[in-house]
Amino acid sequence: MHNTFEHIKKDFPVLKDNTFAYLDTAATSQTPQSVIDAISDYYTNYRASIHRGLYPVAEKATQEYEKARERVAEFIHAGTDEVIFTAGATASSNMLVYALENTFDLQEGDEIVISITEHHASIVPLQEFARRKKLVMKYIPLANNFELDYNKAAELITERTKIVSVMLASNVLGTIHDISKIVALGHKVGAIVISDATAAVGHIPVDVHHLGVDFLYFSGHKICGPTGIGVLYGKKERLNSLYPGFFGGSMIDVVEKDRATWADDISRFEAGTSNIAGVIGLAAAVTYLEDIGGTKAIHSIVADLVEYAMQELKKIEGLTVYVEADVRKNTGIVSFTIDGIHPHDIAQIAGQNNVAIRAGHHCAMPLIEELGLSATARMSLYFYNTKNDVDRLILSLQKAVKTFK
Amino acid sequence: MDEEIYKQNILDHYKHPHNKGIFSPCSIKQDGKNVSCGDSLVLYLNIGNGVVEDVSFEGDGCAISQAAASMLTDKVKGMSVENIKLLTPGDIYTMLGITISPGRTKCALLAYGTLCTAIKNYEKLLDH
Repeated sequence: MHNTFEHIKKDFPVLKDNTFAYLDTAATSQTPQSVIDAISDYYTNYRASIHRGLYPVAEKATQEYEKARERVAEFIHAGTDEVIFTAGATASSNMLVYALENTFDLQEGDEIVISITEHHASIVPLQEFARRKKLVMKYIPLANNFELDYNKAAELITERTKIVSVMLASNVLGTIHDISKIVALGHKVGAIVISDATAAVGHIPVDVHHLGVDFLYFSGHKICGPTGIGVLYGKKERLNSLYPGFFGGSMIDVVEKDRATWADDISRFEAGTSNIAGVIGLAAAVTYLEDIGGTKAIHSIVADLVEYAMQELKKIEGLTVYVEADVRKNTGIVSFTIDGIHPHDIAQIAGQNNVAIRAGHHCAMPLIEELGLSATARMSLYFYNTKNDVDRLILSLQKAVKTFK
Repeated sequence: MDEEIYKQNILDHYKHPHNKGIFSPCSIKQDGKNVSCGDSLVLYLNIGNGVVEDVSFEGDGCAISQAAASMLTDKVKGMSVENIKLLTPGDIYTMLGITISPGRTKCALLAYGTLCTAIKNYEKLLDH
């Protein structure tokens, strides 16, 4: 157990180089040694397929895989029969949408309500669903201060609404949305409520039952886990009646020449050989986050950094922030632009100084357009960052302003 | 440290672009976009007797994409369509005079790609 976050960079091989300021966790986080070790342990000592082999290493692999499910379920306060492992948030979203399409007979004109802040991973699968079934997509707009307009949400969610999907936190603005409020509005009209929690899990405490959502998903690689692993949570009552959305081996009961039936447990949503090392690595990441103090402590340290960053950014001439300014409601993201300098050039100059930030639309083009922009520069902070990382970015920004003056 | 890519000539073209503006009517107007970083470009070409008589652009984007548009429009003014068709990405990198990292190729080649599409579309128009 670490008492402070000061020496935390030492846990991350990539961050040992203290000239490297990594401020791009919202794109992907860095990996602590314990996660690398867990993955390596599987490949080195007990690699085997799970749920089948009748030999010791296969049993060990199965045990570790199911133990990982328990760890991850506990982390979001879900049941083990509510956690499906996927290839990432995008895979979760696509599979869920197909499963919903297979389960519910939606009619032309039925409505899907989502927020304007959604990531493409949430928007595009639903948009394609809407195209196939002639459904109507409606967007909850922003209110002032980069929060969602919950009054508008109440107007938009009606008897015609069948699906509501609102991300738990914005990967561009950092805003933590009031999902319980959205759930109440959605459930009042009998809609299914989904939340993309990719920008929130690992940054703030997430309790799926407290939120009340029907489905929620996230990626492992943004919370110190490996790439190519993600989670789809489904409320038990929903999963019980959900038709699968992805088919193949492992998920079946009986396969005949012209039809198949599905396994009666969670495995009916995990077709094919899973990313076993990824699952084990994700569980190690969750264990790591809890060992260093848990998401509440992480959010507190990140909030301090956001506050510091906001104060320091004021030193930069012509800089505008697009951000949830209440640091308690921000997951650690500060998007900004500088007059006369394109975000891509800002990121390039930062990169030349070994400061990693992201520039672009952050896979949220409708939001960027709503903000009247074509791109922003984005710094994203996590518990392994320090004020020194922020200072290095500020120096780069000063350099950019000087270059473009 | 990497070589400085924001050399004075790049910055000059970005801040004071040549051939910037709209003209109409024109022989061909072509939109170009680099969605990954939000650069946009519109090229306007007047072509007579197989030669680019005038060219201009409108655009919004990073210094590399906009400087490349400014420099490329200078380069192709008075050039024959046949010679434009011989231009390669390598010519654009040479023209910019800086090392373009893999992450910036789309920016550097936005104007070039838009010009190639414009010429193709122009030739299609001629065929009809």
